Amino acid sequence: MELTRSQKEIQKAAQEFAKGEFDKEVTVELEQSRSYPAELLQKAAELGFVGLQFAEEYGGGGLGLVDACLVAEALCRKDSTMGSAVVLAAFGAECLHRFGDKKMKEQYLEQVTAGKMLAGIALGESDRGDDFTVLDTTATRSDNEWIINGKKRYVTNGGAAGFYLVLCRTEAKHAENSGVALILVEPDRPGITVADLGDKLALNSVALADITFADVRVPLTNLVGKEGQGLAQARAFLDEVKILAAARAVGIAAGAFDRALAYVKQREQFERKLAQFQITRHKIADMATKIELARLITYRAAADFDKGKADPTLSAMAKMTAARMAVEVADEAIQLFGGYGYMTEQEVERYYRDAKTIELCLGTRESQKDRIADLVIGKLK
Amino acid sequence: MQLLSYTEDHHRFRARLRKFLAEEVTPHVDQWEKEHIIPRAVWQKMGRAGFICPALPKEYGGGGGDFLHAVIVIEEIARTNHSGLATPLHSDIVVPYLESYATEELKRKYLPGCACGDIITAVAMTEPNAGSDLASMQTTAEEDGGEIVLNGSKTFITNGINCDLVVVAAKDPRAAEAHQALSLYLVEAGTPGFSRGRRLEKMGYHSQDTAELFFNNCRIPKSNRLGAAGTGFYMLMEKLQQERLVVAVMAVAAAEGILEQAMRYCRETMGPKGPLNRSQALAFALVEMSTEVKIGRTFLDKLIVEHMAGSRIIVETSMAKYWTSEMAKRIADRALDLFSQAGALEKTPIVRTFRDVRVMSIFAGTNEIMKGIIAKMKIN
Repeated sequence: MELTRSQKEIQKAAQEFAKGEFDKEVTVELEQSRSYPAELLQKAAELGFVGLQFAEEYGGGGLGLVDACLVAEALCRKDSTMGSAVVLAAFGAECLHRFGDKKMKEQYLEQVTAGKMLAGIALGESDRGDDFTVLDTTATRSDNEWIINGKKRYVTNGGAAGFYLVLCRTEAKHAENSGVALILVEPDRPGITVADLGDKLALNSVALADITFADVRVPLTNLVGKEGQGLAQARAFLDEVKILAAARAVGIAAGAFDRALAYVKQREQFERKLAQFQITRHKIADMATKIELARLITYRAAADFDKGKADPTLSAMAKMTAARMAVEVADEAIQLFGGYGYMTEQEVERYYRDAKTIELCLGTRESQKDRIADLVIGKLK
Repeated sequence: MQLLSYTEDHHRFRARLRKFLAEEVTPHVDQWEKEHIIPRAVWQKMGRAGFICPALPKEYGGGGGDFLHAVIVIEEIARTNHSGLATPLHSDIVVPYLESYATEELKRKYLPGCACGDIITAVAMTEPNAGSDLASMQTTAEEDGGEIVLNGSKTFITNGINCDLVVVAAKDPRAAEAHQALSLYLVEAGTPGFSRGRRLEKMGYHSQDTAELFFNNCRIPKSNRLGAAGTGFYMLMEKLQQERLVVAVMAVAAAEGILEQAMRYCRETMGPKGPLNRSQALAFALVEMSTEVKIGRTFLDKLIVEHMAGSRIIVETSMAKYWTSEMAKRIADRALDLFSQAGALEKTPIVRTFRDVRVMSIFAGTNEIMKGIIAKMKIN
């Protein structure tokens, strides 16, 4: 797999942007004060790093998921937290881009790609991000409005987003979960309560909240895509953003690796560079190998997606493999730094925490395996 | 079979301590984690209640107990879901240097304060350029007319901000043999030339005041040297067995606590097909975690028995330090998976434990150092 010239240029531009704009002390401050890097997002958007895979008519780059992954990787490599915050600004917009109508896209996507609005999507109702067996939020029709009632959990950008795509039941519950739709809800509608989830293991600069909808009324035209297709749309969205999450994980791992590599080449103990010890050398070899493996499956998944051959199996595999790899690589990076690795100043501990959150969101390892097994095994006779 | 012979006295001690911690510690932990320090008053209350230096002889103000009392304190502190209250480091790692090697006069001077919580101790070995490689230590101790002059800097010092008394490892630059250059010294925090650096920000142990310490022509009486000149390495070697064992107790206690919470969460939380523990994958994960914790506990208890019998078990305690600290890390990492997205919220108690246990494979000698020691003693 070879990157095109244009992809290499985008990758380079993202690397340069990250180098020039990210500052670890600012990151730590934003994390402590739990403030979103709004200015940084603006700058990233001006350079076209938000919504690369969206159509140009909505301010997007008119490019593919591979391009979006290259940017996500480059940004997270330079700063796992700020990179993640920038990528997650559009979290949910991917779904609107695919299934929303022209009017919605004009109204919202342009602002998201301009870095002026955060996207929001409210799917799950349990601790498990991709488990839709619990789905009690309802949208009932009344004249020309939907009346929405229910509680959504773990909404990224919750409380800060310019819109929420809410997964609702529009028909009575039945086995196939077919009467489900995605409905766009504006955040200023009466009846919305946002409960912030408080301090987090990582990514404190990005809001995470539970959102309760009590008799929230929106026009019928706020339906996103087709009624009855809500679950399929949500799954398609997850299959897309899992690949982006995998790219972030690859970036995080590569960033932790860069720092550890520089350290072992410089740090001396027992009158030798750490990089001269066989154990260190093999750790470095393992880390480099793991990153390369995860990178391959991630870009393979993204490239298939761009070719119109999106493979949900590959998405789940990429997310599972890359997140696990990133946790292991960042963990090893901390170990190579010794006591310094545990200190905030050396960043790798933050990379480790950021990596772990990727493993916990969009479905854990077990969820991905359930999905992969479903697809690989198929229906039994 | 119970390997450890806890007596009625131990059980009563544990029950009293659990009540004390529930009243005096647990309600304040979140605040201390935010403030990055534990108030000295807590040490004083804890000391006066008899929970600091439980194994120190009564004649020096200690509890007159044994190592099992120390084990109980570590286990019960682990149950309070924070790691900042470093009385085990003080009671079981630093104070034993005084107890074994200080002159009778110094023991009478300092130990009662150490036991009642008025004196908080620290041990200063690690330096910015001497972590795993202790021998490359650069802090110097030179004799000058009946006094010792200390110069150098130390880092990653637990209790660094709160400490009143520090056991400092330093080298005599005039010593002929490298291994005979090292001695340990007692330095009072108020001594001119002693200063504390900034409190270090870190991944976990937030209520723990880890800091840098500086010695700039810091003059102490020659009598503040522990033991004979040049015997520092010997003293460290003697005491590291207990230090590693203490870390293993911490690691196993942390893992047991995490496992208990993960079990409860999986029993009480509904998943797609009933309670989470009915998921075969999660049930197997819990089985694997329980097995690892059990193996760790069994090995640990055996070593506690041998340690208390006075056996020299350097290899085994090094094995236990590295294996149990890795185990605690694996258990914490796996437990977060079981909590899914709740595993990313600080209000889920094991998230703090996840951040805290990460340092266990680093402090008290990295696990790579442990393996090196074992290789040297057992393999090569």
